[in-house]
Amino acid sequence: MSDIEERVKKIVVEHLGVEEAKIQGDSKFIDDLGADSLDTVELVMAFEEEFGCEIPDDAAEKIVTLKDAVTYLTANSN
Amino acid sequence: MFNDKKLLVTGGTGSIGNSICKYFNNNGCKEIFSTTTNLNKVKSNQDYIKFKELNLDNIENSDLEEIFDFDVDFLVLNAGLNRDNIFLRMSSQDWNSVINVNLNSSFYLLKHFVKKMVKKRFGRVVFISSVVAHTGNPGQVNYTASKAAISGLVKSLALELSSRNITVNSVAPGFIESNMTDKLTDQQKNTILDRIPMKKLGDSVDVAKAVGFLCSDNANYITGQTLHVNGGLALI
Repeated sequence: MSDIEERVKKIVVEHLGVEEAKIQGDSKFIDDLGADSLDTVELVMAFEEEFGCEIPDDAAEKIVTLKDAVTYLTANSN
Repeated sequence: MFNDKKLLVTGGTGSIGNSICKYFNNNGCKEIFSTTTNLNKVKSNQDYIKFKELNLDNIENSDLEEIFDFDVDFLVLNAGLNRDNIFLRMSSQDWNSVINVNLNSSFYLLKHFVKKMVKKRFGRVVFISSVVAHTGNPGQVNYTASKAAISGLVKSLALELSSRNITVNSVAPGFIESNMTDKLTDQQKNTILDRIPMKKLGDSVDVAKAVGFLCSDNANYITGQTLHVNGGLALI
């Protein structure tokens, strides 16, 4: 597991209160991990803070799984 | 009552905005911020308020991250503008300015502050609406449209944010002694007084107390509502 993936997973676990083992790369935050739509906004804010980058709204809307987040942050974080 | 809390009231140099700041200051609010279009309007007895210069008519071109590099517990969207005229004589400029200041500016301010409230899991948003949003008023097509739009905004946003312990309400003043009603002629004032069961204009402090209530712990379970402060002028 890459460093980025590990950090993203940690945020998801902490924020959504789900067990790490339950999170697969393609688990959807809302459909599979019990997040509501505001949780997805909060997750993006947490990613921005952790990785010191700004995720624009149009990109944020496309981040619906762990894998989406890792892919985006790998390409765009400092 | 408001110890350790931070407040931002837009339009703090107006009568109602000033009363709200004063009320929160008297009740122990830790930090009070406000906005004004021109810092020269700030009065000497307002030195406890941290004013930021901001033109709400042109807010989309302002760097809110830089101006407001802090979060608040209470956001009171009070700044308002009226440019009255009968509809057929109303210029598009007067229509747009009023909609921009009274309605559109809220969009940007809310975007900025609500994010921080969601993170904190606490927030109290209070709009200052108006009785005329609910009754209509000839000569105020633009003003009433802007204030009525706030009613819908308040309800939808209240529903979206309720799970994060953020309440969104509005206070709808009737005719209050203020810089806005000072412009009325004596004849207009008398006509209005005839319609108010309490036979007097309201005091801006009456509005401030209603805002204070909605931000206090006494109103923790109240959201999406409009609190009418109008001396019985309109019972809605």
